[in-house]
Amino acid sequence: MIENKKYKDSFNYAYIDEFTKKEIRRKTLKAVCIPGYQVPYSSPEMPISRGWGTGGLHLTLSLVGPNDVLKVIDQGSDASVNACNLRLFVQEMAKCALTFNTGEATIIQSRHRVPEEIMTEKQILVLQVPQPEPLRGVERHEAKTRMMHAEADYAKIWVTLYEAYVRSGALRSGAGHPIMVNGRYVATPSPIPSWDVPNLSMARCLYLFGAGREKRIHCIPPFTRVEPLEFEDIRFKVEEFVDIKCSASGEDKAFMDQIYDDDFNKSWVINDSNFLDKVRQGPRPPQKLFTNPE
Amino acid sequence: MGYVAVKGGQDAIANANKLVDYFRWKGRTKPIEVDQARTQMRLAVDRAMGEGSLYAPEHAALALLQVEGDSFEAAFHLRAYRATLERRYFSEILNTREMLVHRRISSTFRDIPGGQILGPTRDYSFRLLSPALLEASLGSIEKFISDLKDEIDPSKLHQMTTYKKVIDIFLKEGLMSSQASPDEDRRVFDVTKEAIKFPVPRSAALQMLARAETGALMCMAYSTMRGFGNSHGTVGELRVGDVPVRVVDKRGRLRCVGKIKVSEAEMVGGGGGRRGTGNAAGPKYSIGYGLCFGQNETKAICMGMVESALRSPNPDNPANNQEFVLYHTEVIESYGFTNHLKLPHYVTFQAGLEGGRRITRMNEEKSKQVPVSAGGGEASND
Repeated sequence: MIENKKYKDSFNYAYIDEFTKKEIRRKTLKAVCIPGYQVPYSSPEMPISRGWGTGGLHLTLSLVGPNDVLKVIDQGSDASVNACNLRLFVQEMAKCALTFNTGEATIIQSRHRVPEEIMTEKQILVLQVPQPEPLRGVERHEAKTRMMHAEADYAKIWVTLYEAYVRSGALRSGAGHPIMVNGRYVATPSPIPSWDVPNLSMARCLYLFGAGREKRIHCIPPFTRVEPLEFEDIRFKVEEFVDIKCSASGEDKAFMDQIYDDDFNKSWVINDSNFLDKVRQGPRPPQKLFTNPE
Repeated sequence: MGYVAVKGGQDAIANANKLVDYFRWKGRTKPIEVDQARTQMRLAVDRAMGEGSLYAPEHAALALLQVEGDSFEAAFHLRAYRATLERRYFSEILNTREMLVHRRISSTFRDIPGGQILGPTRDYSFRLLSPALLEASLGSIEKFISDLKDEIDPSKLHQMTTYKKVIDIFLKEGLMSSQASPDEDRRVFDVTKEAIKFPVPRSAALQMLARAETGALMCMAYSTMRGFGNSHGTVGELRVGDVPVRVVDKRGRLRCVGKIKVSEAEMVGGGGGRRGTGNAAGPKYSIGYGLCFGQNETKAICMGMVESALRSPNPDNPANNQEFVLYHTEVIESYGFTNHLKLPHYVTFQAGLEGGRRITRMNEEKSKQVPVSAGGGEASND
């Protein structure tokens, strides 16, 4: 008969067994050594669904210790159900401290957003990545995309950007603008909005990207050059929130969410929930802003 | 305000869990016992063990009960549990020639050494709903079993035996070679410990297929037969039964650690004589191999067909494409990712929306700057 305790207390510290954790840490170190390169790793099954942040969880669980302070955000919000769920799971398994405060956290796991507040060398941002391969849109076969990266053959993605410009008049619209990391590997910043992309370059913190389902880890180490792919004359641009102010704080320099009330009246609110709280209470936390080229 | 802006995602999760329990119990029926599920939902348990990649009937039964019978979730629970267990041993290669056979059939020959054994199968029963099951009771079960025993004449029970394999005929006749082709990648890979890289060795493909979702594998196998492939594998042999599992202990002794029930399919494909095999050798056949936990014949057969298809790559057919088949039949990954669409995506959506608006703005500004097109109307957008 099944022993009941098997389900209750016998999980290893931070869930994953030590051998696998060691493997994930080694692969992470490799990713740190080769910025932007996608390192394959074992990616064990987690008790949450694939595509819901398993890659991020692997990284977080392999890094976390009892003295860590963890923050989990989903689409900029600490209150999002999936963020709550992941946060509770890690706390249960690793007995670490939790916070909503961006400045206080030692590890921040995030989906689709880099916090507005500037992160420091004491912090690691773990991003959950659905598709780690920036070339997947132009080449569906993994064997070929690995070859293309090895040869730095990025012609196809440049052509795609050019075609997007010819068709629409802009390089690309939407989240996940491809980036060149340390002048060598084209990588995906995970689908963060363009607004967040400039924050990846020459940052003080470590950025780790975990794609659980695709079993890949990539990394942007501190003080690494990250350039969004752009042409000399047609430049990368971040989202412009023209004539828009946050309805909760009156501020305008942040990534905004568009919200609707019951009568479909549209208003805007700062997306990053902790940043919004700090802006309202003051003082405004340090933030790096990017100005669109004319 | 939607489901994210609300503070209290935590409460929402707790309430959702409560509601799941409510919907399970609101009918106020007697709880199903794990043993009942394990024995009376035998095939669901077998399927969950296969897709969950963990041979543990009791755990699988618990998983099925816990998730109200959802096969994806049951497999998922088993996989998540399995990820917490250390791999202490690697078993020796299973020898299915040692199988205590419950059922074995071959469709390549009328008579096979040892005979065809239909065994427990629903293949030839009418799929009619059976109200008789509603009358079943512990008493009727006892009666059924004792009646069945009475039917058996112990003197006619021949000795427990194992069976030779149908492929032995092919080997003996020289229709098949026991040698792997020289270009075959024979590395032994562990897909649970390493990310696969393409092209994957056959061992990795077989492991992934054995863990794949039954329905997805069936879709692939079916496609090879009806328009997106040119194979119609024949069942060389399909057997279901118990096989001993052995490991080598620390002192180097071979130890039997128990028996597992497996379904094994050896699908015969090829034939017709291949170029380069030499005309004197006659037609050469090959085996598409399928093996999975429990009794899941559909999966074993489909796995055999797909395995065979994967060894003749062809970009025109999904089933002949390793990356297509192995990535997309993986149950936990496909289930998780298709369901992640339920997560909020408002940031990425907003980024796209804003990008679209910017393009509209730019176009408007452009049309303001050039009020009348100077050289005829051909520049206007349609």
